[in-house]
Amino acid sequence: MNYPKELCYVKSHEWVKKEDGTVLIGITDYAQDALGDLVFVNLPEVGDEVVMGEAFADVESVKAVSDVYSPVSGVVKEINEALLDQPELINENPYEAWFIRVEQITEEEEYMNAEEYQEFAESEE
Amino acid sequence: MGKYVVSTEKEQQEMLRSIGMESFEDLFGHIPEEVKIKGELNLPHGRSELETFAKMEELSEENKVFRHIFRGAGAYSHYIPSAVKSIVAKEEFVTAYTPYQAEISQGILQSIFEYQTMICELTGMEVSNASVYDGASAAAEATAMCRERKRSRVLVSATANPEVIKTIKTYCHGSNTPVTVIPEKDGEMDLDLLKEALDSETACLYVQQPNFYGILEDCDKICALVHESGAKLIMGTNPIALGILKTPAEYGADIAVGEGQPLGMPLSFGGPYLGYMSTTKAMERKLPGRIVGETTDAEGRRAFVLTLQAREQHIRREKASSNICSNEALCALTASVYLSVMGKEGLQKAARQCTSKAHFLQGKLSEAGLTLKYEKPFFHEFVTCTPIPAGEILDKLEEEGILGGLPIGEKEILWCATEKNTREEMEKVAVLVKEVCGR
Amino acid sequence: MKLIFEESREGRGCSILPPCDVPEVSLGEYERKQELHLPELAETDISRHYTKLANRTHGVNNGFYPLGSCTMKYNPKVNEEIASLKGFTGIHPLQPEHTVQGCLKVLKLAEELLCEITGMDGMSFQPAAGAHGEFTGMLLIKAYHESRNDTKRTKMIVPDSAHGTNPASAAMAGFTVVNVPSGSDGCVDLEKLREAVGDDTAGLMLTNPNTVGLFDKNILEITEIIHKAGGLCYYDGANLNAVMGLVRPGDMGFDVIHLNLHKTFSTPHGGGGPGSGPCGCKDFLIPFLPGKRAEGEEVLSLVGSEKSIGNVKAFYGNFLVVVKALSYILTLGREGIPEAAKNAVLNANYMMYHLKDLYDMAYDEICMHEFVMDLGRLKKETGASAMDVAKALLDYGIHPPTMYFPLIVHEALMVEPTETESRETLDEAIQAFREIYETATKNAEELHQCPKTTTIGRPDEVKAARHPVLRAEL
Repeated sequence: MNYPKELCYVKSHEWVKKEDGTVLIGITDYAQDALGDLVFVNLPEVGDEVVMGEAFADVESVKAVSDVYSPVSGVVKEINEALLDQPELINENPYEAWFIRVEQITEEEEYMNAEEYQEFAESEE
Repeated sequence: MGKYVVSTEKEQQEMLRSIGMESFEDLFGHIPEEVKIKGELNLPHGRSELETFAKMEELSEENKVFRHIFRGAGAYSHYIPSAVKSIVAKEEFVTAYTPYQAEISQGILQSIFEYQTMICELTGMEVSNASVYDGASAAAEATAMCRERKRSRVLVSATANPEVIKTIKTYCHGSNTPVTVIPEKDGEMDLDLLKEALDSETACLYVQQPNFYGILEDCDKICALVHESGAKLIMGTNPIALGILKTPAEYGADIAVGEGQPLGMPLSFGGPYLGYMSTTKAMERKLPGRIVGETTDAEGRRAFVLTLQAREQHIRREKASSNICSNEALCALTASVYLSVMGKEGLQKAARQCTSKAHFLQGKLSEAGLTLKYEKPFFHEFVTCTPIPAGEILDKLEEEGILGGLPIGEKEILWCATEKNTREEMEKVAVLVKEVCGR
Repeated sequence: MKLIFEESREGRGCSILPPCDVPEVSLGEYERKQELHLPELAETDISRHYTKLANRTHGVNNGFYPLGSCTMKYNPKVNEEIASLKGFTGIHPLQPEHTVQGCLKVLKLAEELLCEITGMDGMSFQPAAGAHGEFTGMLLIKAYHESRNDTKRTKMIVPDSAHGTNPASAAMAGFTVVNVPSGSDGCVDLEKLREAVGDDTAGLMLTNPNTVGLFDKNILEITEIIHKAGGLCYYDGANLNAVMGLVRPGDMGFDVIHLNLHKTFSTPHGGGGPGSGPCGCKDFLIPFLPGKRAEGEEVLSLVGSEKSIGNVKAFYGNFLVVVKALSYILTLGREGIPEAAKNAVLNANYMMYHLKDLYDMAYDEICMHEFVMDLGRLKKETGASAMDVAKALLDYGIHPPTMYFPLIVHEALMVEPTETESRETLDEAIQAFREIYETATKNAEELHQCPKTTTIGRPDEVKAARHPVLRAEL
């Protein structure tokens, strides 16, 4: 299981990468492994508001659907359209396969660093 | 008394003892006494197979089976080839459940895949589901596919089948979706009123082609208007008519639905019938119900499975857009066997005969004194005005073993002709009509 | 195997229709230009194609089908023959009433008998399947509260032991779903239920026995809690086969129900339909029922109500399915109905008893018509999952139990043998389960390869869902 040092993490198994006042959000290696082969992603639209702690997307495996929660409140600036055609990218490289880029951020969850998250994820087993 | 329990009383006792019980009372001992039935239900005593058959046959004989039918209005009398009846009666198809276990359900799965392909061919659309309950519920489910956050109003043409309109309203009431019925004008949807009703909150329009009166609407124009406003177009079509009529895809519809009963299903007092639903690739994931897809097994063999299941109610639960599970699989099989037996040529022949005979009948009835109400192009149904109460004409026909058209007003009849109706039969109807009108 | 389109040969066909005996009409600009591809085949080709497909389909007639929650009992042949009588199949739904008295009598008699079995006062046959009946029931509850201007009742309570479709049905009727967890005994947690109800409670959806095969002993208390809060109680009839003739939903405090005629009343499933999901209710809800019902004494007529919720489909439901169910009820009668339930419960307990020394049961107590095995431990210890066990059963010619449902048990297999199976069939299935268990403990890898004897191996479902191919390329 991979936990890149440069990323921030939250308990609902999303990662956050900060870039010039915006953040990229994706799901962690632990999450993709638990979900299994993903077959589809529902993403919000550019311009939609996301709210901290609320679902902004969902991911489907063959027989399950799981919500993806936003660690921040803000406005969707960009979505990763590649995921719509190739959801397998999330399984193959979860830290490259960002879901959305959020701007105009008004609040953020308290993040864990990689080490803290690793400990948390392992305790979830 | 009849029963289908296999074990004898002796075997039942042995089985009870083998699990440490004395009697059935022990098995049901944990159920509170207050809710148990005291004594017996007030049902008739059980019967032997022979007695049940006799009783039910007697009931069936209290119905009148018409040899000659000129009534449609949502249920159509077509010829059903013998091969269709024999194939769909195969026990494997009849007694299987939904094909959850693909490895032992390839037959039913492949038949659904072939059905989906045929529905796409008929409608010209890109994707079809495995069927829903009937044409009316298909139309209602289609409106739910079009609802978006900012677009929630559903428009329905008043010229659609009244049963369908009612069903759409009921479903929409459930989801708190407003519905506006666009009134008719001379047997067609009023396009001026449609224009007025279309706005930025309109999700979709449902229009039927040919409509309830058999008339062919100007769907090119309708589609242009609907799309201009950013809404979606749902077309309800008759699948036999699609043998020769312009397809929903050619008009530019977003969803094509309809009543599949004409494709080999008997009239059966209204059911089971078949709701077909097809749409564009772009809306594929919004389709409700089962969908079969092609894939491979580990050895690379062609395999079929239920797919896109994460859309469905058992996974998405309260977030699913529809709750449908059971569909009408055996009816879908019936439709695909029917289409295979008829083939392209046979289906087009049936469609051509339907419209040709309807026009012939209309001409004959006109000579007999029933004028055509709307001078519009029609497929295999049309409305006539009657000089005397419609009931008198229909009673006369009934006496002769003929089910005439459907009375839709005191002096209006909606007629239908299909490939089953012969020239001789239609000439006889005209003679009888003339006789009763001239009295 | 080839698709029917791949067997097509240009110019072949069947001769079904005579030449047109009237002048042919063209509809000009209204006609299609888009190509139409349908198979071109002789009747021999078609007959053999579908025979091959039938051979690749497992129905109740082929073998044991203990698919939990689906009540795959034997489908008596006489019912099929009755439903194919011309006096039923040849009737147009809009014929004059005096020409359809037989059909109306079928509807009325079926309504009377099913009301007696369920303790309801009226029933509509319009819903075409279980989920459709649930939706109808939800609309009835909605209409009831609306008729009293009690518009704040927007919440539907759905315990997690309720049927899987219930949340989606409640949502379709505009309700917000409130989930209530079960207690460790598999029954509704009364404390949690009391906390959940209030003046916004529209009703409760429940099945009893519930989805884990247990009869909720507190049922009278449960329905009372809901009624006291001003809500109505909805009974999902999916599991009625366990208690018909012994306990009635109406006597348990339920106001609205649906039945699955294709489960409890022996009508076949047809590979996924047509079913029939009539919705029954107590007196005070009858005016809200959809469609029209057959009423009258000597001469029957179809009567609708002004307060009706409308139509959930066209006409009067899947009529021929009702014909089959009525034939079944008439055959069984007052003696046969409870006898079927008793034997359904006996067969389930028999299987459970003879498996529970090997397999963990989710709830180790007397079950009703079905039981849930929990393969969590087996998976942990051997690596063999519920899926592996299910797939291994295929090689024994047995349709596997329902997998991974109910959701409250993780590695669940839900077994429902039904009353129409013999002791030998049950013994063979028990033997199969036991052998598979042994294989799991010795060599679980072997189970991952199952099934080995079917026409295909496990299909690649991920591929099917990621890149859907939903029709043949022609």
